[in-house]
Amino acid sequence: MAEQGTDSAFVAFERVQKSYDGETLVVKDLNLSMPKGEFLTMLGPSGSGKTTCLMMLAGFETATHGEIRLDGVSINNIPPHKRGIGMVFQNYALFPHMTVAENLSFPLEVRKIGKSDREAKVKRALDMVQMGAFGGRRPAQLSGGQQQRIALARALVFEPELVLMDEPLGALDKQLREHMQFEITRLAHELGITVVYVTHDQTEALTMSDRVAVFNDGRIQQLDPPDVLYEKPANSFVAQFIGENNTLEGVVTRIEGETCVVRLDDGEELDATPVNVTTVGERTRVSIRPERVEFNRDRLKPGAHTLKAEVLEFIYMGDIFRTRLKVAGNEDFVIKTRNAPDQVRLEPGTEIEIGWLPQDCRALDAS
Amino acid sequence: MSTASGPVLAADGTPLKRSLARALRVQKIRALLLIAPLLLFVLVSFVAPIADMLFRSVENQIVAETLPRTTKALRSWDPEAQELPDEAVFEAAYYDIFIAAERKQHTRLGSRLNYEQTGMSSLFRKSGRGLDDIGEVYQDQFKDLDRNWDEPEPWVELMGAPSWVAALQDWEKGQPLPPFALRDGVADLLPLTAREYALFARFTQQEDGKSPLKEEPWTAVHTALYTDLAAADLSGYDGPRAEMLRAADAAVDAPGFETVRFRDGFAEIDEDWLSPDVWRTIQIYSPAYTSGYFLNAVDMQKTPEGVGLRDERERIYGLLFKRTMFMSLMITFSCILLAYPVAYLLANLPMRSANLLMILVLLPFWTSLLVRTSAWKVMLQQQGVINDTLVWLGLVDDAARLVMINNQLGTIIAMTHILLPFMILPMYSVMSTIPPSYVRAAKSLGASNWTAFWRVYFPQSVPGIGAGSILVFILAIGYYITPEIVGGTTGTFISNRIAYHISSSLNWGLAAALGTILLGVVLVLYWAYDRIVGIDNVKLGG
Ligand SMILES: Nc1ncnc2c1ncn2[C@@H]1O[C@H](COP(=O)(O)OP(=O)(O)OP(=O)(O)O)[C@@H](O)[C@H]1O
Ligand SMILES: [Mg+2]
Repeated sequence: MAEQGTDSAFVAFERVQKSYDGETLVVKDLNLSMPKGEFLTMLGPSGSGKTTCLMMLAGFETATHGEIRLDGVSINNIPPHKRGIGMVFQNYALFPHMTVAENLSFPLEVRKIGKSDREAKVKRALDMVQMGAFGGRRPAQLSGGQQQRIALARALVFEPELVLMDEPLGALDKQLREHMQFEITRLAHELGITVVYVTHDQTEALTMSDRVAVFNDGRIQQLDPPDVLYEKPANSFVAQFIGENNTLEGVVTRIEGETCVVRLDDGEELDATPVNVTTVGERTRVSIRPERVEFNRDRLKPGAHTLKAEVLEFIYMGDIFRTRLKVAGNEDFVIKTRNAPDQVRLEPGTEIEIGWLPQDCRALDAS
Repeated sequence: MSTASGPVLAADGTPLKRSLARALRVQKIRALLLIAPLLLFVLVSFVAPIADMLFRSVENQIVAETLPRTTKALRSWDPEAQELPDEAVFEAAYYDIFIAAERKQHTRLGSRLNYEQTGMSSLFRKSGRGLDDIGEVYQDQFKDLDRNWDEPEPWVELMGAPSWVAALQDWEKGQPLPPFALRDGVADLLPLTAREYALFARFTQQEDGKSPLKEEPWTAVHTALYTDLAAADLSGYDGPRAEMLRAADAAVDAPGFETVRFRDGFAEIDEDWLSPDVWRTIQIYSPAYTSGYFLNAVDMQKTPEGVGLRDERERIYGLLFKRTMFMSLMITFSCILLAYPVAYLLANLPMRSANLLMILVLLPFWTSLLVRTSAWKVMLQQQGVINDTLVWLGLVDDAARLVMINNQLGTIIAMTHILLPFMILPMYSVMSTIPPSYVRAAKSLGASNWTAFWRVYFPQSVPGIGAGSILVFILAIGYYITPEIVGGTTGTFISNRIAYHISSSLNWGLAAALGTILLGVVLVLYWAYDRIVGIDNVKLGG
């Protein structure tokens, strides 16, 4: 996974481990390197160690083992306030006893920046998040979205090169959230800052990031740009975790370079791309995205394997149709088709044959 | 729908406002009924005693009630002149103190006036016994003239209305006595005697439950008879016992009848009655309400020239108030210093250690206050644990052991310890609501540990300090047991003085005035706190 040379990296985790209680490792052997200006998202289920990684980077937790470097310098022994990393907290952590302007000028004051300079910077930061008129208010007098923007402005006002955000949009409603996602990415690109962003929400991760690190069980499962993550999941956890996914289990019967044949448990065969299967006879779990399943024979390659399927349910969803099938004993096999004028609406109870291009079907680990 | 015209109507046609008010009224009554027992309890056990205390601090009816005629007669006396009041005042005082002595109220009045001038208590006690000497002079002479003057029945016939006399003669023990009524005309003929006899008869019937037919009258009645006869003209009298009365009149008018001036009679009992100061005190304190207790509570007194400071030697309350204030502030302050780190630890330590610490904080609550205070006595005394340790360590010379008890230091140490939980708990409950992310945020913004604490954590913990300080200060200012035990003479509070007046000197009026001033001081401080810090800045948690 360490595909880049860590020398050029702006942020680098090297063989980092973390344990809180001395018994279990919360973060296991983390290696990560980010170039300057990258927007990286840490995505993963609850308890997978995302916040812990962020806190180690910010300096509020110490790594049990390994090294964290910032701009080539090891920061393991630098206290948080000297790291110069901006941070946006999940509950915003705006100081309730200070006004918005005082909140923003706090990081400048502790850096001993002169008054007029300070005021100019605070004003610029407030304008940047379109909150120029709210400088005199207390945080309690702002709405959630406004507080969120102030928290963002405060993390940016002292011009840090690295900004960390821990689920900053968790408390907002869907619409505001989408708006803020856009604002954050816009600002990040305009200012050229490096961002490490933590979220639960995969759409958020996919739409905002340059690269996404999928965490599970204290390890990075896959670190790739969103499209690669979605289309070429490296293992079955990632395939399951990102987007909707159909899985079928079976045994590899043949491997020929870029394709392999898998025999399902009921005897049917299909074509797939081997990802982490290497030997014939190995058990595997194949994964196909619902929108890549084809039931029109004409569009499939001649000689391609097909499977029998029974239509169980047809759901009209406006822009798409969602059809649930029973395939090789699996009753949760879903296909999605675009609502186009010539699209067929499958009737429940009909028998069809389905297939796909081998590169859309990935044979992953069976666990 | 024309909603614009007229008031909005409810479904049944009544104006909406009225039906809303009706609906709310039922709710209000229900709510009131629900809290009624508590409200009653608070009224009875809290509001009423405070009101009673406020009232007692100005109430002074005892002087005018016990000496009604004297206070009236004294009104025309000029206390500035270095002269004694005239004979009329002494006469009034004679009758007043006589009946007061019969009712055993003269000692109470004596103690009341003793608060204002020492010696009054014994003066009144002596006079209660001694006043009979004046009356006996007249009683003896009338008795020598006619034995009947010392018998109950002739007096009854002479003074009482015939219907009362008849009823009294039929009276048997166990039945209610007929109410006394004066005979027609006797009040015009012998006004003083009638008044005194009526007092005697009513007192005998009501207080003693005895028949005036069996009891010989008081000597004051004889004294009054003399005064009346000396002035009266009995030529037209033909009522009962006319012979006897005429004989007495003749005797009184004859030369050689021995008389006593009231003033001399009083002087005979105690020379002090000839001091204008005594009369001045009675005159000053004759109104039903007085500011005397309050003046006394601030080391002042009433003088004929107006209000003035007391003697240097007698001023103690100002000192005590100042000391109470100063020491309460010191205690509050040392509580803040000690409690802050403890509360901080409590709020920031992991659960298990925090619970253990909490138990240690609460432990003092499970031991008796008296035990804790006495333990400090053991610790702090000159042969105590602390001194022994210091001597053993060689830090203090054996001959120069530290004095840490029976003075202000002792009180401050012991009370700081005792009141500490009251500071820790509100601080803790406020601190535990401050999320750690604030300090983290401050540090991530570049603040050092100290700056993050001082600029971000501390301001948010101020409401806890405020709440704790108010609690500790108000508790301290009225504290009693601990200063009593470890305070000695220099470390006692105003409350110890109040307790003294309640239980030893029985000067409840002064105790009430001191208590009222203390209440006032606390309210003023509370008000000042509200103005400066703002009372909504006080949080007990949440
Ligand atoms: N202060 C702590 N002491 C002990 N264990 C901790 C502490 N903080 C986190 N953990 C444990 O470390 C693991 C990872 O926690 P972390 O907060 O990093 O998860 P996360 O990925 O951020 O989860 P979420 O998405 O729910 O925020 C969890 O099992 C958690 O119980
Ligand atoms: Mg987290």
